[in-house]
Amino acid sequence: MAIQVLMPALSPTMEEGTLAKWLVKEGDTIKSGQIIAEIETDKATMEFEAVDEGIVGKLLVPEGSAGVKVNTPIAVLVEEGESADASPATAAPAPSAAPAAAAAPAPNYPAISAPVETKADTTPDWPAGTAMKTMTVREALREAMAEEMRANDRVFLMGEEVGEYQGAYKISQGLLDEFGAKRVVDTPITEHGFAGIAVGSAWGGLRPIVEFMTFNFAMQAIDHLINSAAKTNYMSGGQLGCPIVFRGPNGAAARVAAQHSQDYAAWYSAIPGLKVVMPYSASDAKGLLKSAIRDPNPVIFLENEILYGRSFEVPVLDDFTIPFGKARVWREGSDVTIVSFGIGMTFALDAADQLAKEGISAEVIDLRTLRPIDYETVIASVRKTNRCVTVEEGFPVGSIGNHLAAVIMQRAFDYLDAPVVNCTGKDVPMPYAANLEKLALITTAEVIEAVKSVCYR
Amino acid sequence: MATKKSPEKSNVSKDELLSYYREMLLIRRFEEKAGQLYGMGLIGGFCHLYIGQEAVVVGLEAATKEGDKRITSYRDHGHMLACGMDPKGVMAELTGRIGGYSKGKGGSMHMFSREKHFYGGHGIVGAQVPLGAGLSFADKYLGNDNVTFTYFGDGAANQGQVYETYNMAELWGLPVIFVIENNQYAMGTSVKRSTKSTTLFGRGLAYGIPGEQVDGMDVLAVKAAGEKAVAHCRAGNGPYILEMMTYRYRGHSMSDPAKYRTREEVEKMRSEKDAIEHVRDLLVNAGLATDDDLKAIDKDIKAIVNDAAEFSKESPEPPVEELWTDIYA
Repeated sequence: MAIQVLMPALSPTMEEGTLAKWLVKEGDTIKSGQIIAEIETDKATMEFEAVDEGIVGKLLVPEGSAGVKVNTPIAVLVEEGESADASPATAAPAPSAAPAAAAAPAPNYPAISAPVETKADTTPDWPAGTAMKTMTVREALREAMAEEMRANDRVFLMGEEVGEYQGAYKISQGLLDEFGAKRVVDTPITEHGFAGIAVGSAWGGLRPIVEFMTFNFAMQAIDHLINSAAKTNYMSGGQLGCPIVFRGPNGAAARVAAQHSQDYAAWYSAIPGLKVVMPYSASDAKGLLKSAIRDPNPVIFLENEILYGRSFEVPVLDDFTIPFGKARVWREGSDVTIVSFGIGMTFALDAADQLAKEGISAEVIDLRTLRPIDYETVIASVRKTNRCVTVEEGFPVGSIGNHLAAVIMQRAFDYLDAPVVNCTGKDVPMPYAANLEKLALITTAEVIEAVKSVCYR
Repeated sequence: MATKKSPEKSNVSKDELLSYYREMLLIRRFEEKAGQLYGMGLIGGFCHLYIGQEAVVVGLEAATKEGDKRITSYRDHGHMLACGMDPKGVMAELTGRIGGYSKGKGGSMHMFSREKHFYGGHGIVGAQVPLGAGLSFADKYLGNDNVTFTYFGDGAANQGQVYETYNMAELWGLPVIFVIENNQYAMGTSVKRSTKSTTLFGRGLAYGIPGEQVDGMDVLAVKAAGEKAVAHCRAGNGPYILEMMTYRYRGHSMSDPAKYRTREEVEKMRSEKDAIEHVRDLLVNAGLATDDDLKAIDKDIKAIVNDAAEFSKESPEPPVEELWTDIYA
């Protein structure tokens, strides 16, 4: 039975090409795999191999022909004694040009798709009357890990100096003694390698917590955080979720200069498939880290060295978690909404205190998680105060504040009495000199100034 | 036929030889069909064919037991077929249809099967090496005797993360077999143009990992080496490296004109070292199978591949809702 040979697509973008040269002539017997023609694509001259075997009955397109569309019949193969003029079988049927019906249009801004009416979740994080104790963020993080490791023997901690050294920042102090070297794994200084091993171990049934000594070093490993951990559940059609926590200090500490002082909040928050947490208080550090360890997805947990030693009230509860995607309103107010997260909350709350003395009532929202973001609480607040200032330590371009400004514009445009202002770190690598470092970082004074500007004061 | 292998080098059974023949032929015919569907525009993007390297995965799969894992790069169709994944599901993934292993969302380079312990299909050169070591980390942690086969090419063998992984795998005694599929070309760069090392497995010795070079065109040699490596790993001796000397007949991907090597070089490998012809010779010369027996297998395989191609065309594209599913577990 005669078989049509079709003009092949030989690159991901090829729609037509030049049939540069025939390497066979009519009457030749060819076998599967034999090179029968040279075809010029947009990129290169390619050898074209026969898929089927047979006798070349007819060359339909002469060599030198340019602009031959993909899937045009270019030759006919026949069997012994068969005529090329016999109507060729459709052994290689041309594909339908558009295999699917026109796709339904995707929503315009699906990442923030939500009912237009906002319904902020204002339930308290713990029952009224719960006993509280004072605890540093460091202690809270350690308690969260220890509790989850006690509860699930598949949870383990891995990283540089987490074991015998007791943690570069002492977050893992005591864990080696309690859980042993099998579950508190000291690694060589090889972020790329151990991040990949941790992701593989999560696919293999474990629940790794990976400590980066700082998130600056995670840039060595970022391919595994994004390409391996975040994308594989999607790429596998839901077969391969990756329950893993990457945690460690993020952002500027003090006088460690540009390579050790970057806030990655906006970078990781840009990636579908990741969850991103950036706690401020000790109770959030504990409740959110416990949620992160239980989450079936990769979680980027951004801590802050300066906050490690700060003390907060933490509820005394057997099993205390904070859900992702629920912001916390630290202070209610009526004149302006200040949205922040992580160490930015220090400046947001300071500014609110001082502004109150000047008669400006600021509502202060701690996002706590950046993916998912609790848009509802932000939008509800902005619809009430009609003004918004965002505060973060990261770079200004492509910041979380930029994103919030866009969302607020889409969902609360008619409520705004002033443009949203983003307070961020400066658009410079972090300088070492004490005076310049101070200028590069966000300050309470800048937040106050921004609030006054949106209040036209 | 032209292969110069001696049939008496192994007293392997007829059934075993027939199964190798069948499995290698399935991969080859499948890949030829994939190339054809690519030419027709039914498969898009990148498509890296495994033609020529079939003996590597078929030989090593013969050394596995249930529970063992495998992970590889983007040249992954052969690995999937060899570990028993359904050709229909693989081909439908290549065409981007809902019937594919990843519901059409992964494509040629990103396919997985939990059921068959196949962990991809990874598009970033070398990334699968620590990931594979991580799978074996989990097995060791959980206290079972499973082994992970971590495949990568001579190109990936120059990536830094490979050596970070060697170091930790040996340090922690992980049950992982690193399989370097040395097909002699990293895309268009020959091994000679990318390293002064004369062997790739030898680099593992610096980390304390034993290894060897194997004729990757000889399925029996591959299987024997695989069994040795598996025994090493299962006994708790840590990782092992197998450098499989192999060859791909086609370009790096479908859009590679392969101008970096001569047609004669490819032809020589095909005519003198072909893995499938080798087994065919063993079967025929020893009187274990007739031409007719083998033709019957060819026919079976052709039918399986045609069914897979048919399925991959008929399976619908994923419904639009799939855009938004599986982002989170």
